[in-house]
Amino acid sequence: MSRYTSATDADRRAMLDAIGAGSVDELFAEIPADVRLDRELELPAGRSEPEVFAHLAELATRNADAEAELCFLGAGMYDHYVPAIVDAITERSEFLTPYTPYQPEVSQGGLQVMFEFQTAISELTGLPVANASLYEGPSSVASAAYLAIGASKGRRRFVVSRGLHPHSRATLATYARGFGAEVVEVGIEEGLTDVHELGAALNDETAALFLQQPNFLGGVEEVAELAEAAHRVGALAIAAVDPIALSVLRPPGECGIDVALGEGQPLGNRLDYGGPSFGFFAATEEHLRRMPGRIAGETTDADGRRGFVLALQTREQHIRREKATHNICTSQALNALAGVIYLSWLGKRGFVELGELLVRRTAYARERLAAVEGVELLHEAPAVREFAVRLEAPVPAVLDRLADEGIAGGCWLGREYDEYEDGLLVAITERRSRDDIDRLADALERAISGGGGAFFPDSEKKVPTEAEIAR
Amino acid sequence: MNAAAAPATQPPANADTPTAQQRDAAMTIFERSVAGRRAAVLPPCDVPERPLDELIPADLLRHRPAELPEVSEPEIVRHYNRISRRNFDLDTGPYPLGSCTMKHNPRLNERVAAFPGHARLHPAQDPKRAQGALELMWRLERALAELTGLPHVSLQPSAGSHGEFAGLLLTRAFHEDRGEERHKVLTPDTAHGTNPASVTMAGYEVVKVATNDEGGVDLDDLRAKAGPDIACLMLTNPNTLGLFDRNIAEITRIVREAGGTLYYDGANLNAIMGRSRPGDMGFDIVHVNLHKSFSQPHGGGGPGAGPIAVSERIEPYLPVPRIVRTDGSNGARPRFDLSYDEPKSIGRLRGFQGNFGVFVRSYAYITSLGGDGLTEASETAVLNANYLLAKLRAGRAGKRLPVAFDRTPMHEFVLSGGPAKRELGVRTLDIAKRLLDYGFHPPTIYFPLLVDEALMFEPTETETREGLDALAGAIDAILAEGERDPAILRDAPYTTPVRRLDEASASRHPVVRQPLG
Repeated sequence: MSRYTSATDADRRAMLDAIGAGSVDELFAEIPADVRLDRELELPAGRSEPEVFAHLAELATRNADAEAELCFLGAGMYDHYVPAIVDAITERSEFLTPYTPYQPEVSQGGLQVMFEFQTAISELTGLPVANASLYEGPSSVASAAYLAIGASKGRRRFVVSRGLHPHSRATLATYARGFGAEVVEVGIEEGLTDVHELGAALNDETAALFLQQPNFLGGVEEVAELAEAAHRVGALAIAAVDPIALSVLRPPGECGIDVALGEGQPLGNRLDYGGPSFGFFAATEEHLRRMPGRIAGETTDADGRRGFVLALQTREQHIRREKATHNICTSQALNALAGVIYLSWLGKRGFVELGELLVRRTAYARERLAAVEGVELLHEAPAVREFAVRLEAPVPAVLDRLADEGIAGGCWLGREYDEYEDGLLVAITERRSRDDIDRLADALERAISGGGGAFFPDSEKKVPTEAEIAR
Repeated sequence: MNAAAAPATQPPANADTPTAQQRDAAMTIFERSVAGRRAAVLPPCDVPERPLDELIPADLLRHRPAELPEVSEPEIVRHYNRISRRNFDLDTGPYPLGSCTMKHNPRLNERVAAFPGHARLHPAQDPKRAQGALELMWRLERALAELTGLPHVSLQPSAGSHGEFAGLLLTRAFHEDRGEERHKVLTPDTAHGTNPASVTMAGYEVVKVATNDEGGVDLDDLRAKAGPDIACLMLTNPNTLGLFDRNIAEITRIVREAGGTLYYDGANLNAIMGRSRPGDMGFDIVHVNLHKSFSQPHGGGGPGAGPIAVSERIEPYLPVPRIVRTDGSNGARPRFDLSYDEPKSIGRLRGFQGNFGVFVRSYAYITSLGGDGLTEASETAVLNANYLLAKLRAGRAGKRLPVAFDRTPMHEFVLSGGPAKRELGVRTLDIAKRLLDYGFHPPTIYFPLLVDEALMFEPTETETREGLDALAGAIDAILAEGERDPAILRDAPYTTPVRRLDEASASRHPVVRQPLG
């Protein structure tokens, strides 16, 4: 069905006349007969706008979203409230529909947003330089690994805490095969990266140490100590950080971290079943010219007015081609805009208030859940907004029972960690009140005590983990 | 109708009278900060207000708050609305940026992407309770398979270059599985910059293939270089000159016989939907830019998505998770699940399942147009490009900006500004900057590299005939100005929020954040 085009039959005739062609088919004569598609595409016929709307609406009703359920899912993406102004501003044509700002004179809005975004990320991380966004968290980890190879003059060994998000570790492993690099994992002890195992794993071939703050189990790491261990062998210390947690935690730049990056979704972006969101990437000054991605810089125009441009483009693929610091072209400008609007909306004080609220509610939730029969804390390390517990019942089956009560109770750790088969990861946001937490605790108690009847044998069947499959 | 008709009103040709926007000096949100102001009000603390250092050791806590702006909500709205007006955008005027496929972004797609069932669906939700999302992804995969002629699809890559990187890792896995080690990847000298950059990141060495007199791959050069060390050929077809390579079947045969895989850069897919398919040309792997052919808004530099479709021989290596569909029994709905159990998979390329919000928009677009509509979109895109070229050639551009390769182009074409530079002393950059004064976004400039002073136009199917006439008229008027007084072009633009910017000093002495405190 013709849609979003304007050409009438009269237009077509006039245009073909101007071209000097007899038909549109003639314009396609350059395609040799042996590679022409000589049939119609086997796709459903086009549909009207109301029909498409209804079809998509029907698909959407078959998803249990965070509006339909009480959501305690986290693991890197969180059900924060997205303020109305984020939608209102990001839906503006002027932000929604331009390309990457290759013509800075008519792209000052987008470029200034990038500059503001970089400033905000630099403030959050305590590191002097930041880029204008990457795809998302885990691939940003892999991009940092590429930077580390260059910065370490060719070392190709990465030491990775198992506290780093399993998706980040898996993505790094995928990229490392392309880089010809080795990845060594270090385990977790009492909820935090095992310092002794780390010491043994680091050596003078190590390009970088990767850790996460707070780690995947929610534990707040002693980042400065870990960074120091990396620096002792001449490796970079790279931290994936939860940007919301940086409201209350010591910024990575004050802990000896060389590169801080992370998943930007918690900053004013929707859940969107995992994307699009954005990755952020900040570093010490010495890595500026090795950074991946777009970077906006301040400058002046021919009349001396302040303006913004894409800076350091000689790092980039469209200029440097095979010698570029990264291959990225389209990144996540609109999502980064949502991020900087969100941070402005929270502001200096609101950001801290949010962090403090999360820490206190998380402490409450931890105690409340640990008091439930059949639940114990998986670790007692300090936490900001997420924590792990162990259940004395099969976790997937318990989650099914919670779902029957309209609660998404958390993420099953056994999917990603053999060592935490009985683990459940619970996330708190400002949308989860004390009453909501109480409701979760009560439902958990019913689910574990078997109030809903015996567990089905099927639910105890072991599902292969990503880690197992990777091996 | 006169091809060389100039627009009714000529824009100013000097900067003597600054515009309102030019007088409005740029100010960041941080500079608008006033201590004590705020926008957000958070829910009250409904749990015990314990001191923070009782919960987290003091040495792990932040001691100085991040210097975020202190601004009220009306100020935030006004600030971003004002700076948004300093952008040129597709909804305001023609945006013929070559290789970028700046087609209309339907607002229906924004509406359906915002349904809570999409926008607030957590990515860690149990697949049993995300059946609508998985079905949508499966349907999109099937549509892309049909459009590309390649049966297996992964939606995971986040953008075109991410798809390229994935394709090269698939290539590596394919060869290693056969016990082969190959080190080189062929790319034509007309390739997008992302191609060679991806090759290096994936640990391969770039080998350039020359372009022949017709603007296609030089077959002799290809034969000479397609040896046993070649892992892959990466190609765009139609290529970045907008030309369909007539030797495509021979090209893919040569590389296949040399044992390499064939990678199709789908950036130009908008030229051939329903008319020709990469799979039928002999390619193994293709990435599709959902933000080009499938109407995802570009957002000023993302988000996009770069799904890949592959042949049978590449399928075992696709990234995880894969989407699997199981028929329902007794008339029940089919079931969808995420599968991680793929022993030969290259692994993950990113977090969770990919840019789902982009999938929703592109699926809505494909559903709206259907197979016939997508074919017609490509036909109109090619018609529009050829019409724009014809209008330009009928005017001053015919002599000053001749087409680089004189063949029927597909959805885009490349002009050379060489004669204008030599004859008038105005560069392609000057023409592009003057076009801004006329209210058009310029074409892509200085790419592809093998064309002197290149200008690459891609009008897309959603541009109107009148819009194309006006664009051709503006180029003609600009060349007339260049003939009369080249300085007008060299000092342009005059009417934009800022005038030409000093990019060199921004890279020599980079200021990449606002100094605070």
